[in-house]
Amino acid sequence: MSQSTTASSYNYAYLDEQTKRMIRRALLKAVAIPGYQVPFAGREMPMPYGWGTGGVQVTATVIGPSDTLKVIDQGSDDTTNAVSIRQFFEKTADIDTTEKTKDATVIQTRHRIPEETLTEGQILVYQVPIPEPLRFLEPRETETRKMHALEEYGLMHVKLYEDISRHGHIATTYAYPVKVNGRYVMDPSPTPKFDNPKMDNCAALQLFGAGREKRIYAIPPYTKVQSLDFEDHPFEIQSWDQDCALCGSTDSFLDEVILDDKGNRMFVCSDSDYCQSRQDGSMPSSVEHTLSQASQMQSVNSEASK
Amino acid sequence: MTSSNQTLSPEQTLLSVKDLTMMYGSRIGCQNISFDLRPGEVLGIVGESGSGKSTLLNCISAQLKPTFGSVSYHTRHDGSQDLFADMSEPERRFLMRTDWAFVHQNPRDGLRMGVSAGANIGERLMAVGWRHYGNIRDTATDWLGKVEISTERLDDLPSTFSGGMQQRLQIARNLVTAPRLVFMDEPTGGLDVSVQAKLLDLLRGLVQNLGLSVVIVTHDLAVARLLSHRLMVMKNGHVVESGLTDQVLDDPQDPYTQLLVSSILQS
Ligand SMILES: Nc1ncnc2c1ncn2[C@@H]1O[C@H](COP(=O)(O)OP(=O)(O)O)[C@@H](O)[C@H]1O
Ligand SMILES: [Mg+2]
Ligand SMILES: [Zn+2]
Repeated sequence: MSQSTTASSYNYAYLDEQTKRMIRRALLKAVAIPGYQVPFAGREMPMPYGWGTGGVQVTATVIGPSDTLKVIDQGSDDTTNAVSIRQFFEKTADIDTTEKTKDATVIQTRHRIPEETLTEGQILVYQVPIPEPLRFLEPRETETRKMHALEEYGLMHVKLYEDISRHGHIATTYAYPVKVNGRYVMDPSPTPKFDNPKMDNCAALQLFGAGREKRIYAIPPYTKVQSLDFEDHPFEIQSWDQDCALCGSTDSFLDEVILDDKGNRMFVCSDSDYCQSRQDGSMPSSVEHTLSQASQMQSVNSEASK
Repeated sequence: MTSSNQTLSPEQTLLSVKDLTMMYGSRIGCQNISFDLRPGEVLGIVGESGSGKSTLLNCISAQLKPTFGSVSYHTRHDGSQDLFADMSEPERRFLMRTDWAFVHQNPRDGLRMGVSAGANIGERLMAVGWRHYGNIRDTATDWLGKVEISTERLDDLPSTFSGGMQQRLQIARNLVTAPRLVFMDEPTGGLDVSVQAKLLDLLRGLVQNLGLSVVIVTHDLAVARLLSHRLMVMKNGHVVESGLTDQVLDDPQDPYTQLLVSSILQS
């Protein structure tokens, strides 16, 4: 996949081969040490940082002409951000794109993990704005590195403690910290905690790219991922009183949609492909089953107290 | 509250400092200092600004690696250990947040200003594995009471506290894991005189009730007299005189100590 297959003056998938090799080395290290943030010499991409340059560099590095790419922003394939990243790879990497989760070999995402259970051979690439979970309480990079190295993670619970003391419950709903493979604490930012259980024991390879902070980290397939919590305030995912107004799903992540200026609103699946598939009746029957499995709570303490 | 020094008899040594020298390049921080600290003992280090008090305190609390000499601590499980030769950095850091405490002159250096008083006190508990929110909160509430801060302030940020309250919060945050050895660098330094007196009373009570061993640095001889059993007087990085506090202050032998004591009396 090193030959240039497009008419443009750029190399295949925009990045030069030397940069790709450097990023692949970082990815290999990240896979070897699940949840560990590997620094890499990030390149400038032809888009602003907020647009997921970290994820784009990872995707550009792992993708080849036989791949099929899906790009989502929130759960949707057709926001400006998702469309422009998809077009970028159509132009520079000569690949097929899809909106169907099950047809994709590489999925780049900004906020969500698809509702449909990912399978072996798929790669999920996250665009990460802030990779350091300890940053909230410890601004010094030298100190946070030491804390990771020495596994000093008490500070993560200080953050959760503060949440409960302010709100009466753990109010962190996005970027909810997890412990990967029983060792490194990791920020899955900016996905909703609803998706945390899907990261646990996932069949797909999960890669995280932070462009501005130049960090790469990874969760290899079938790795244990636990959401941090307290014994008396166990981790739980968001739930809604309504079902999806379009497909009737009872267990997917819902977005609130304003219908008019009279305050009418409805709740629909954030994962537009999942919702559409259910409306078309094309959802594989196994999916409903695995979804309810995925939404079962995983928590450090329920594990620990066994 | 029971004494936390059961593992050592009063004659044994908790902390042993031998021939300690700290150089900052060619400049002397402190030089050739040796002393032993016994369980339950309060050692005062006095001397004018720049005499090397903080340098010595930072070396013996493992925050600075001395250029020469050794510091040994009697650990709970492995007996006497040289902080730098026998212990790894993770072991030293563990000691610092469990068996030891460090009270800074400026509470901002010792507190997390961005989280509540309760989270400040709870941090060390969570660092050693406490995972029950209710228990952490109850213990934090308890400690607010012990340092005479209204328990209604549990969820307030330290920045809304007065200087004296911040210093008491820093003390609570440090003592919550029942440390055996407490290092203090000018703990009353930045406070008004009336606030200082109250803090000193509180400190003296805690030290006695908890049977703490303390090394306290101060340039204030009144503070030293009130809290410490023994004194070391420092000048230009050297110890010029040491002994029982009353002896050193009432009958100083070294000319510099005589000057120091008399200048206090005159001021
Ligand atoms: N980080 C440093 N770098 C260089 N010199 C220092 C440093 N810290 C202290 N010193 C010097 O070491 C001596 C002792 O300082 P210090 O231990 O702070 O004294 P004290 O606490 O008694 O005021 C002084 O001469 C001071 O200027
Ligand atoms: Mg000083
Ligand atoms: Zn739906």
